Amino acid sequence: MSMLKIFDVSGSAVSAQSQRLNVVASNLANVDTVAGPDGQAYKARQVTFQTQLMGASGAAGVTVSNISEDQTPGRRVHDPNHPQADADGYVTYSNVNAVEEMVNMISASRSYQNNIEVMNTAKSLLQKTLQLGQS
Amino acid sequence: MPNRLTDALDFQAQALSLRSDRQRLIASNIANADTPGYVARDMNFADALRDATGGGAAAGRMTTTSTGHLALNSGTDADSTLKYAAASQTNLDRNTVDMDRERASFADNALKYEATLRFINNSVKTMVSAITGQ
Repeated sequence: MSMLKIFDVSGSAVSAQSQRLNVVASNLANVDTVAGPDGQAYKARQVTFQTQLMGASGAAGVTVSNISEDQTPGRRVHDPNHPQADADGYVTYSNVNAVEEMVNMISASRSYQNNIEVMNTAKSLLQKTLQLGQS
Repeated sequence: MPNRLTDALDFQAQALSLRSDRQRLIASNIANADTPGYVARDMNFADALRDATGGGAAAGRMTTTSTGHLALNSGTDADSTLKYAAASQTNLDRNTVDMDRERASFADNALKYEATLRFINNSVKTMVSAITGQ
C-alpha cells in the first residue's frame, strides 16, 4: 500500500517545518537581546532543508540538514550608560531582522498547513479503501 | 471462468495502485516545496496505465526486440513514466515545485482515486447480485 508512505513523507515535512518555526520563535524572542550565553550578541539562526529519500521510488521526505548562524554584524546603538556598552559607548544588539522572521514564520505555517491537509486527504482515501466492497 | 469474472476488476485495481503511487509523488512534491534544489516529479498516468495493463509499449520506452538484449526488470519499468517538472517561474533556490499546480493535481488525483474506488465497489455489487440472483 504505497499510500501509507504519504504519512512518512508529510510527517517528515511537518516536523521539519515545526523545527523551522521553532528557530523563528527563538530569533523573534531574541530580537532585542544584547548578550547571548557566550557574552556575544545573539546571532539569528536559520534552518536548511534537504530532501530525504524514503525507499520506494518517488517518495521524498524532508529533513533539516543543519542550522546556520547569520554572521552579519549586529545593530549598534550609542548608549554609554548601558552596562554592556563598549569603550566607545556603543551597545551591540542581535542581528535579527524582525520583518524577515515574520515572513519566514508565515511561510512555515502555510507549508505546515499544506502538509497536514495532504495527510487528511490521504487518511480519508485510505478509509474509503478499507471499506471497499462492504456497502 | 473465475478469471473472466474478475477481469474488469483487474484493470481498475491497476489504476487504483497507480493512482496511489501518483498521490505519493505529489505528496513528496508538496513536502519538498521549501527544499532548495528539489526538482518536482510527476507521472504520465496514461502511459503508466498502458504499461501496467500490457496495452502495448508507450512511446519512447525501451523494448527488447532481440534475444541478445538484456531483459528489463520491473523496477526500472515503473520509473520510466516518471517525468521531471520544469519550473513555471524561475526560482533563486532552483526549486521547481509550483504549489498551485501541485495542489490542483493532488485534488484531481484524490477525486479520480475515489472514482476508481466507486467503479470497483459497483462491479462487486453487480457480481454479488448476479451470484445471489435477487
